[in-house]
Amino acid sequence: ISVDAVKPSDTFPRRHNSATPDEQTHMAKFCGFDHIDSLIDATVPKSIRLDSMKFSKFDAGLTESQMIQHMVDLASKNKVFKSFIGMGYYNTHVPTVILRNIMENPAWYTQYTPYQAEISQGRLESLLNFQTVITDLTGLPMSNASLLDEGTAAAEAMAMCNNILKGKKKTFVIASNCHPQTIDVCKTRADGFDLKVVTSDLKDIDYSSGDVCGVLVQYPGTEGEVLDYAEFVKNAHANGVKVVMATDLLALTVLKPPGEFGADIVVGSAQRFGVPMGYGGPHAAFLATSQEYKRMMPGRIIGISVDSSGKQALRMAMQTREQHIRRDKATSNICTAQALLANMAAMYAVYHGPAGLKSIAQRVHGLAGIFSLGLNKLGVAEVQELPFFDTVKIKCSDAHAIADAASKSEINLRVVDSTTITASFDETTTLDDVDKLFKVFASGKPVPFTAESLAPEVQNSIPSSLTRESPYLTHPIFNMYHTEHELLRYIHKLQSKDLSLCHSMIPLGSCTMKLNATTEMMPVTWPSFTDIHPFAPVEQAQGYQEMFENLGDLLCTITGFDSFSLQPNAGAAGEYAGLMVIRAYHMSRGDHHRNVCIIPVSAHGTNPASAAMCGMKIITVGTDAKGNINIEEVRKAAEANKDNLAALMVTYPSTHGVYEEGIDEICNIIHENGGQVYMDGANMNAQVGLTSPGFIGADVCHLNLHKTFCIPHGGGGPGMGPIGVKNHLAPFLPSHPVIPTGGIPQPEKTAPLGAISAAPWGSALILPISYTYIAMMGSGGLTDASKIAILNANYMAKRLEKHYPVLFRGVNGTVAHEFIIDLRGFKNTAGIEPEDVAKRLMDYGFHGPTMSWPVPGTLMIEPTESESKAELDRFCDALISIREEIAQIEKGNADVQNNVLKGAPHPPSLLMADTWKKPYSREYAAFPAPWLRSSKFWPTTGRVDNVYGDRKLVCTLLPEEEQVAAAVSA
Amino acid sequence: FSSVVLKDLKYADSHEWVKIDGNKATFGITDHAQDHLGDVVYVELPDVGHSVSQGKSFGAVESVKATSDINSPVSGKVVEVNEELTESPGLVNSSPYEQGWIIKVELSDAGEAEKLMDSDKYSKFCEEEDAKH
Repeated sequence: ISVDAVKPSDTFPRRHNSATPDEQTHMAKFCGFDHIDSLIDATVPKSIRLDSMKFSKFDAGLTESQMIQHMVDLASKNKVFKSFIGMGYYNTHVPTVILRNIMENPAWYTQYTPYQAEISQGRLESLLNFQTVITDLTGLPMSNASLLDEGTAAAEAMAMCNNILKGKKKTFVIASNCHPQTIDVCKTRADGFDLKVVTSDLKDIDYSSGDVCGVLVQYPGTEGEVLDYAEFVKNAHANGVKVVMATDLLALTVLKPPGEFGADIVVGSAQRFGVPMGYGGPHAAFLATSQEYKRMMPGRIIGISVDSSGKQALRMAMQTREQHIRRDKATSNICTAQALLANMAAMYAVYHGPAGLKSIAQRVHGLAGIFSLGLNKLGVAEVQELPFFDTVKIKCSDAHAIADAASKSEINLRVVDSTTITASFDETTTLDDVDKLFKVFASGKPVPFTAESLAPEVQNSIPSSLTRESPYLTHPIFNMYHTEHELLRYIHKLQSKDLSLCHSMIPLGSCTMKLNATTEMMPVTWPSFTDIHPFAPVEQAQGYQEMFENLGDLLCTITGFDSFSLQPNAGAAGEYAGLMVIRAYHMSRGDHHRNVCIIPVSAHGTNPASAAMCGMKIITVGTDAKGNINIEEVRKAAEANKDNLAALMVTYPSTHGVYEEGIDEICNIIHENGGQVYMDGANMNAQVGLTSPGFIGADVCHLNLHKTFCIPHGGGGPGMGPIGVKNHLAPFLPSHPVIPTGGIPQPEKTAPLGAISAAPWGSALILPISYTYIAMMGSGGLTDASKIAILNANYMAKRLEKHYPVLFRGVNGTVAHEFIIDLRGFKNTAGIEPEDVAKRLMDYGFHGPTMSWPVPGTLMIEPTESESKAELDRFCDALISIREEIAQIEKGNADVQNNVLKGAPHPPSLLMADTWKKPYSREYAAFPAPWLRSSKFWPTTGRVDNVYGDRKLVCTLLPEEEQVAAAVSA
Repeated sequence: FSSVVLKDLKYADSHEWVKIDGNKATFGITDHAQDHLGDVVYVELPDVGHSVSQGKSFGAVESVKATSDINSPVSGKVVEVNEELTESPGLVNSSPYEQGWIIKVELSDAGEAEKLMDSDKYSKFCEEEDAKH
């Protein structure tokens, strides 16, 4: 027996990287190279090539079982105390049918954002349910789906107020009854908009300056009080001030909704609707507003339209406001939302229905009432007399002593100040928990009653003027799936409409839809990771803290940086955070005037949108005919602005799928002129182990952990966008007002810029995914992943180049990890546009590549390292077959208007109809390739009408009788 | 080059047309512009009384493909906006020079129109621009 024969059999890299060594050589030869390494040498410029990468931990990679054991060890270091902290994060029972069939189900977590509506109707319906939950409960007619967290949702609302008043009034008032993290995130964000944030006690709010664009209040307040805002809103409106209300969905099942007070914008988090706290996230936040301001709403909005046969169909509405088109004029930089979590919250509402939600709310309110009454009877502390929903505020002589005593009973309370405590009750609180609290507050004295014995005496604390009377969730969807069988089948009915990585590769350029391995996903739903409040004392989260330290180190090695912030909870949030760090650095040196940001025209639209949010002045530089950044133009722009240059934003390899040769020179030019280099990490999957942002010369970069580092796309989020920086920028990394934090590893000096996200470590719950990926792959497996990603792209480009022009290549004729095929010629020769090809690919069982970005009229393909040669071949075969279909139009054998591409996709309802008038056969429409005969993914609608939906914007579920009417009038 | 260009109008290089009548002017976007945008789904209009200045954006047209700023071809004060477009933004596509007009302004500087293109020059400009793509 050889030693090799008895080594572990559950190594991971061979499961993730699909090409075997033999296949690699075969594919390299097909591309004209004798070996994968010679292809890589020809592709990645020598001047930026790393010799090797070595980790201080996990360098050889753990096996899958070792990994699970390591995570079990970490989990055991987390101590789950019962949380009464509140502050926007509550325990919740995740219904197990939702936990297993959505949160743990790759058919729900591996899809992309639903841009291709015809193969996304399932989650589009669920997201429309989410929007309907939000509009019904808040009492405002328009909602998005969704935002990153409550703090950034409030900041987005602040930006909306500024926009509504066209930037003419530059003060935003925040009432001190808002959560501290909400206030801090708004303050950070206000800086870039040149807004002044004034925090004020509610009763002292003053609009007399005439310079106030909006005011933010919380309902119920952070310390629990439920106030009547009717007069407050009237007064604000009389002064021309817009009112933003942060609120709580569970409370709104029993409280008068903000819309009925006249609030203009309502924000909040849907976390307690069945999404675990997860030490801070991910959760879906929401923003609702009136019809008047609907076009100013940030984020993704699902709308109702019709398909090619006039049936109702869903789609994302108003997409052109998004930053990939509007760039610096976008309403916001947000792109990745929290789709998976919005879907979980929507399903929670579907499962419980209006009556179920109300009884949960009443139970929570009842327990809070029992606690309040009991404390009064004990006479050891003074309970705030204002009406409350779930949070009781207590004045006592020594808050810390009580919190310490609670801690001994594994209970966490919120200490507001040395004499004030609050306790927030939630769905998981029991009578037994309340009895434990009584014991804590009684400080050893006997408690002469039990929580249960007090119940009959407790009065509802909510006055009738604030009691909700209007109905909500009246749509049948919220009233018919209340048994587990019904919900299970509803979840599966929706899931079967959506194409995910369970079906086929999703070759979206710039999105890196790679394997989301099961072992990586498992710890995400373990209770010792899910059930920790983000503001729990850090001693209780030592498993998390150890993982953060390790992950920070690993990411520093991978990127060549010195410190990381794990706070930004999406790529766009990372961009914004990185630029704000640069801004803080310049200011610390007295360079307040440095505000010019150079951005190549080929950049992701998010870049200029983020720079605009930092108050930067954007200078666009062009690309040359080969798609490379025009270095001379960069030099001229940098030199012309050398006194005011703040930064350059650059993506590497370029968005055109090429390793540009001049990147090190570009970095030098920027540094010589006093600027900092921001690298967009969207294409990091082509760098790991081969080169690194730090090595190339960047000062800061964000990583889309949901691209390169395996966090699944979730059907449109969650993501994570941590940023890495060089030493000189490390002091400025974001902190947090409740739990101070900063760079990992910790820098010597700190001068943090404020909070970027509501939670100290962003969406901590999904960090185990990236962590386990890196730890199982080891440095060698990760480097191989980059190489194979590049090999796969080159193999596909080679197979397709005889059929479609490949738009950009590097100096040696190779492409990076993604490439662009040019379809522009077909508009003239066959009347075919990229959309037609993408829709026809659905009939072949595939999701289309990225359409018309970064070059209009093209498709950008990114295969990733985890797709097998067989799958790459199948996708190429589909595209080659479609090319032949286009040729039939070019030759005049198929009609320009009425052909199999224009008619795509072909859903069963169309194919099985009694009449069939198309000039091609049903069989060919449905089965154009042999593999479809044994198994086929069926699109559920015909092509969705984009114009119809955007002209008649409807963003909530329609009553069933109106659905029919909509279909008929179409 | 197939788009309609009307003789008696003036044109800006950002594809707006202007019809000048004494000290009043009517603006819209050209047939060429609407053709490139595709089906218009929303037109963001300024308020009456708002000042617009030459070359500066005063609103936007949204199609399902793009959102494009509308720049003012000349400076002045908005005296009327085409409210019809709120309900029927498609008028910009079906009748760019008539029912699809966007705003009317009172001119503040009659001389500014001199800087604009006439129909021949604009036709040529569009042809050249298309040839680049």
